[in-house]
Amino acid sequence: MIPFDFEYYRPESISEAVQLFIELDQAGKNPVYFSGGTEIITLGRINVLYTNAVIDIKGIPECQVMDYHEGNLYLGSCCTLVDIEEKNLFPLLTATSKEVADHTARTKITLGGNICANLFYREAVLPFLLADSQVIIAGPNGYRTEYINQVFNQTLQLERGEFLVQLITEPDKIEAPSINIKRRRQWTTGYPLVTVAGLKLGEEIRVAISGLCPYPFRSQKMEYYINSQDFSQRDRIEKALGDVDGNVLNDTEGSDKYRLFILRNTMLDIVSTLEGERA
Amino acid sequence: MLKLTGTTNITLNINGEKRPVTVRPSETLLGILRGKLGLTGAKPGCLNGDCGACTVMIDGKPMKSCLMLGVEAPGKKIQTVEGLNGTPIQRSFIEHFAFQCGYCTPGFIMNCQSLIDTNPNAPDEIIEEWLKSNICRCTGYEEIEKAIKSVLRDK
Repeated sequence: MIPFDFEYYRPESISEAVQLFIELDQAGKNPVYFSGGTEIITLGRINVLYTNAVIDIKGIPECQVMDYHEGNLYLGSCCTLVDIEEKNLFPLLTATSKEVADHTARTKITLGGNICANLFYREAVLPFLLADSQVIIAGPNGYRTEYINQVFNQTLQLERGEFLVQLITEPDKIEAPSINIKRRRQWTTGYPLVTVAGLKLGEEIRVAISGLCPYPFRSQKMEYYINSQDFSQRDRIEKALGDVDGNVLNDTEGSDKYRLFILRNTMLDIVSTLEGERA
Repeated sequence: MLKLTGTTNITLNINGEKRPVTVRPSETLLGILRGKLGLTGAKPGCLNGDCGACTVMIDGKPMKSCLMLGVEAPGKKIQTVEGLNGTPIQRSFIEHFAFQCGYCTPGFIMNCQSLIDTNPNAPDEIIEEWLKSNICRCTGYEEIEKAIKSVLRDK
């Protein structure tokens, strides 16, 4: 049970949603955009999140798009993770998405909701970081299209009143060899110790990581070392790990040292697999 | 645009019946089913989307009713365990002793029914993936797996 009341709005267009946000914000109702809503409901229940008004954006057609247009893949922010898996238009995203929560929960969790979540794993962003995808963001100042690597810094950098509408990915990134590995403390359900996604474009290997630090990231410095062919595979990964910043998580899921140990072995698996594609 | 600013009347399509109900927008579907419509088959467990005891079907897909607002549900077909009557999966749970205390059973059955309806040829890895959405604390997983596989293989 959510211990407070809020107003519920379901606009049918982007402009309606944005205008509504402005009005509710001016009225002091602290509105939030609601997609799958799983985090708003679960955090609201324990009083970690409070709002007087939710704006459900699932009725906006642009947020439900899942198709190719002029060669590029467009995915709406309100597509559920299960819908994305079933259509399987972006294999690396399917592989990453299938590891989020569980199947039934993923019938409600949406792409945009996962990427913009408070919970820091936000694993669905990893394929888009690797693919240099673009994002379409709508807000009080209109639309903007940005490369995700320019606007995703630990979180998607949204101005007040903005929301994620779509993600655009080029076909060569979708078809490139890829791999996703999620390592948990035990079994195959639960939060990760680390999740690593890898993509190979030509001879270049890219990696993005979730669960190591309290935010997902892609590090070009790490990729520089991973792709430095002057050293052995193991040495390249050691050098890459040396570039991990000091924010490694140290919690009940796993200590910082254990996480780095797991990451080292996972990176070896990722690089070995993707370099095997060269053969 | 749909605008619900206070206590409001909605109509839910549950098990083929139109059920009018007065709700607050912040009420979850689980709370409405149990507290206002007397449909207590869906069980409150973790209330956090983890345990699956509250699973119902929405337009044929499994849904944790603690993760859905009641006001999201009008226009959708809701099926609860009360809407099943002597189905093969229910009989199979009995035949395979696929429960002990029974608290998780309605959630498991609704998840299994959705899988049977949408993917009757599901391979083992899909069955396992779907079943991971529910938790049984009496550790009856082996029997539950046998129950669902028995129904799917018979089909």
